Amino acid sequence: MVAAVFQGLSWDPVADVRELFRFPFMVHALEAGTIAAVSAGVVGWFMVLRRQTFAGHTLASIAFPGAAGAVLVGIPTVAGSLGFCAAGAILLASGSGLSRGSGGESAATGSLQALGLALGFLFVGLYGGILGDLDSLLFGTFLGVSSGQVLALLGVAAAMLAAVAAVARPLLFASVDPEVAAASGLRVRLLGAGFLVVLGLAVAQTSQITGALLVFALLVLPAATAQRLTVRPALGVALSVGLALLVTWLGLALAYYSEYPVGFYVTSLAFGLYVVTRAVESVRR
Amino acid sequence: MFAQEFMRHALVAGSFVGVASGLVGWFLVLRAQVFAGDALGHFAFTGALAAAMIGADLQVGLFAATILGGLAMGVLGDRARADDVAIGAIFVWILGLGVLFLSIFTTGRSGSDGAAAVRVLFGSIFGLSATDVRLAAAVGAAGSLLVVAIARPLLFASLDPAVAAARRVPVRLLGLGFLGVTGLVAAEGSRAVGAMLLLGLLAAPAGAAHRLTNRPYLGLLLSALIALGSIWVGLALAYYVPRLPPSSAVIFVAVGAYVVASVSSLLPRRARGAEPRGART
Repeated sequence: MVAAVFQGLSWDPVADVRELFRFPFMVHALEAGTIAAVSAGVVGWFMVLRRQTFAGHTLASIAFPGAAGAVLVGIPTVAGSLGFCAAGAILLASGSGLSRGSGGESAATGSLQALGLALGFLFVGLYGGILGDLDSLLFGTFLGVSSGQVLALLGVAAAMLAAVAAVARPLLFASVDPEVAAASGLRVRLLGAGFLVVLGLAVAQTSQITGALLVFALLVLPAATAQRLTVRPALGVALSVGLALLVTWLGLALAYYSEYPVGFYVTSLAFGLYVVTRAVESVRR
Repeated sequence: MFAQEFMRHALVAGSFVGVASGLVGWFLVLRAQVFAGDALGHFAFTGALAAAMIGADLQVGLFAATILGGLAMGVLGDRARADDVAIGAIFVWILGLGVLFLSIFTTGRSGSDGAAAVRVLFGSIFGLSATDVRLAAAVGAAGSLLVVAIARPLLFASLDPAVAAARRVPVRLLGLGFLGVTGLVAAEGSRAVGAMLLLGLLAAPAGAAHRLTNRPYLGLLLSALIALGSIWVGLALAYYVPRLPPSSAVIFVAVGAYVVASVSSLLPRRARGAEPRGART
């Protein structure tokens, strides 16, 4: 059974690992996956802490209409998805300030996402031909990454991590206790808006290369597991990055040796870790 | 417009789905669980793909995936109140399964079944048969009745779970049951406007209703009416405007209603109680 699924796997683990680095496409995929895992592990930890998973998924979803609109008017898809994600982040941030309570905020987020997708389908209908690429826009696999894309991804990730590192302490304060943070003079709403914009830009750029599903998976699951395991911030972020790297590398290796997609392996491994953590936790209690 | 049979089918099925989504959506917004609606729409996609892969009826896959998914989110969430992170976690995994099915499916055989799966994403309201309409009407009516039946205790349990539990309202069971009903409505809704746009039908009319009134039963009614109106106006628009997909049209109208309601609720109130009128588009 295992042998049938994983063809080409020998009984020599060192040779198998060396085999992974034989082809340039695999090396690029591993590089892109590593960069995506590190940045998603850090940003995702804050996203989960701030309970903004829905906002994260909404930003990941509206990269697609941005790309479809860009194809329609003939500009680079990156420009379209970056523009849509940035605009979406600003709308979300201003909407959450205006809406009363978390219910109103979730309605606003849902409406924004539905509007984005409705626009996307309209663009696809008007263009009338990129339907075949819908899968890759939505789910993408990163087995076709070029070295130029890896460099671009590295640049975005570095800028984003620098931005998060610069505001890490105030952002942590504002996320854990917004009222006290506001009382002590922090600009809580500005910080929240800035974080959403960083999240949006990161998701847009990364999902261009790895697909929206993988970005979203790496944002949510390792961070959720890490926060179940520890409440200490620095340790939590490190754990979140470590778990993201682990599932990405394992997922890529498994996908290389089988015919099934990377997305399935990465999400299943990460979800498995999350469920095991929850189960152990409930047994201990 | 009414002379076309496909249009009559779409309007009848859409009406039942619209009312049910409006009612379910109102509680989703109240409980800040709109994300669950988002996730369920995507579960529908995975369910349909799974059914197509093993050669079962698409409907069975759809309903099984969304109802089971709804219950699973309730179980993973604390106190059956599926929270943001629990929904996100299971959501990601189900999407991963969807990708697996898609790849098995596209490598296994090519052609017509793949198109069926894409239809689940987009919805196919202009292609419903008489049997489909009967099913939509039955599911829509059942979903609406279930929500109305549990409306009072669910309202209590949503607004103040601690006091409701102390008064022996089965809070956890209600939360689970509600997510199950949401799954039922989501499966039928994904046929009408598509799995990915279903979210708009759940979020936008309900969000508008919450903006317009704080009174629960009036809000429920308003939410159902706005959803119904969005379906009718959207379908009429899609009928007369060429190349406008019906699902997109419905969502544009619903989100438009939400924006109008939000803006009007921000304006200074002239007279109390005069607000809800005229905000409905």
